[in-house]
Amino acid sequence: MFQSLGKYILLLRLSFRKPEKFSVYWSEVMREMVSVGIGSLGIIAIISVFIGAVATIQTAFQLVSDFIPKTIVGGITRDSTILEFSPTISALVLAGRVGSSMASQIGTMRVTEQIDALEIMGVNAPGYLISPKIIAGVSMIPLLVIVSVILGLTGGYIACAASKDVSTADYITGLTDGFNPLIVTVCAVKSIFFGFIITSICSYQGFYTDGGSLEVGQSATRGVVWSCIMILFVDLIISRLLL
Amino acid sequence: MIEIKDIYKTFGDNEVLKGITATFKPGKNNLIIGGSGSGKTTLLKCIVGLHDPTKGDVIFDGENFTDMDFEQRVPIRTKIGMLFQNSALFDSMTVEENIMFPLNLFTNQTKAEKLDRANFCLERVNLTGKNKLFPSELSGGMKKRVGIARAISMQPKYLFVDEPNSGLDPKTSILIDELINELTEEYEITTVIVTHDMNSVMGIGDHIIFLHQGKKWWEGSNKEIAHTDNQELNDFVFASKFMQAAKAKL
Repeated sequence: MFQSLGKYILLLRLSFRKPEKFSVYWSEVMREMVSVGIGSLGIIAIISVFIGAVATIQTAFQLVSDFIPKTIVGGITRDSTILEFSPTISALVLAGRVGSSMASQIGTMRVTEQIDALEIMGVNAPGYLISPKIIAGVSMIPLLVIVSVILGLTGGYIACAASKDVSTADYITGLTDGFNPLIVTVCAVKSIFFGFIITSICSYQGFYTDGGSLEVGQSATRGVVWSCIMILFVDLIISRLLL
Repeated sequence: MIEIKDIYKTFGDNEVLKGITATFKPGKNNLIIGGSGSGKTTLLKCIVGLHDPTKGDVIFDGENFTDMDFEQRVPIRTKIGMLFQNSALFDSMTVEENIMFPLNLFTNQTKAEKLDRANFCLERVNLTGKNKLFPSELSGGMKKRVGIARAISMQPKYLFVDEPNSGLDPKTSILIDELINELTEEYEITTVIVTHDMNSVMGIGDHIIFLHQGKKWWEGSNKEIAHTDNQELNDFVFASKFMQAAKAKL
């Protein structure tokens, strides 16, 4: 465990060594940003709308009482979406979509000697392969989370409009009432950390793949599992520290 | 010239290389041969720096490669070309991009100059016009030739080749051997080839070292190999009836 942690830290240090040529690395960063950001937009949009809608319906179901104002449904949906559902569930989904792809891509390059080819040419392989992915992760995942928040709250609105348990006017009022900007800060901090966790852990697992195609699959699985565990752990730590 | 001095390599308790010393001269095809598990590929990886030897030195034209850190090795690495057993072409790049990749990173050439160089390298390996194909669209022999084109794109002083004939039909194998031989002679490259293909040994083996049980068991040329009385080498080279018949005719 400690040996793996040491290897992970050393790999991160190697990843951020001075690039051989900035322009080549920059084009890799752009390529990864498109892959992570645009490539994940569809799945994030779908899950966000459904999660927002389900959160609204379930909150409304639990708070059916004459003593509780209906507007509270909007407030609870907003807080839970911004604080937990959008950053954490998006990150868990992205660990599966983006993380497994990164781990298997780098793992395949390892087992087919493409990483050896880079090293023999004099290229800093961790820098060339991993740093663009991490930069893309910490910049694009927060943007995806913002999209997720907007679509999640929209999903809640659609659920209100469809079910009539809570009126859309009450929902909108609830969204704006008692808004604390701190939750947006917490959401942003979480999404940046989650972006780093997904890309760095999955890249690490891929980089140290040893064997053949079977091991590439195992590396991808390990990358996703460890990313999910670390996402939930860091989620707890950030929530405890910032709230 | 490449000198390797007293190279040892150990993985855990397994001592794979046991004190190998050799000199590889420019303009010659230096072959490393031996049975499976004899340490050929490990030796090659120690020479190019993919493995650090447990003990011993690798010296490129008087510069001790083993003592250098990553940054210090870069100038030597830019003079190294390597052809891998499975070609190791970058899947996400076209043939042209593969060849231009080291030029993009280590030269300040214009795009037109890099393209000219890529076209020249492709022409040299008889793959003119295949620029825009991806590795997945190439046959095994074509991949090897693109691998050679990428290896020579930076005009290397040292060329390392790992099992150039594996997975190829006999005719393509001979073409690849001839191509490596031509490039070695034409550009005075120090070429080190790991192989167990006997056609290569007899055809282009200017200087051969035979590894057995992690040690240098024999050293000589393809002309000397037929007349050696080294039992292990004879068992290895003349294992097939075809080679035994060929030896009888010599």
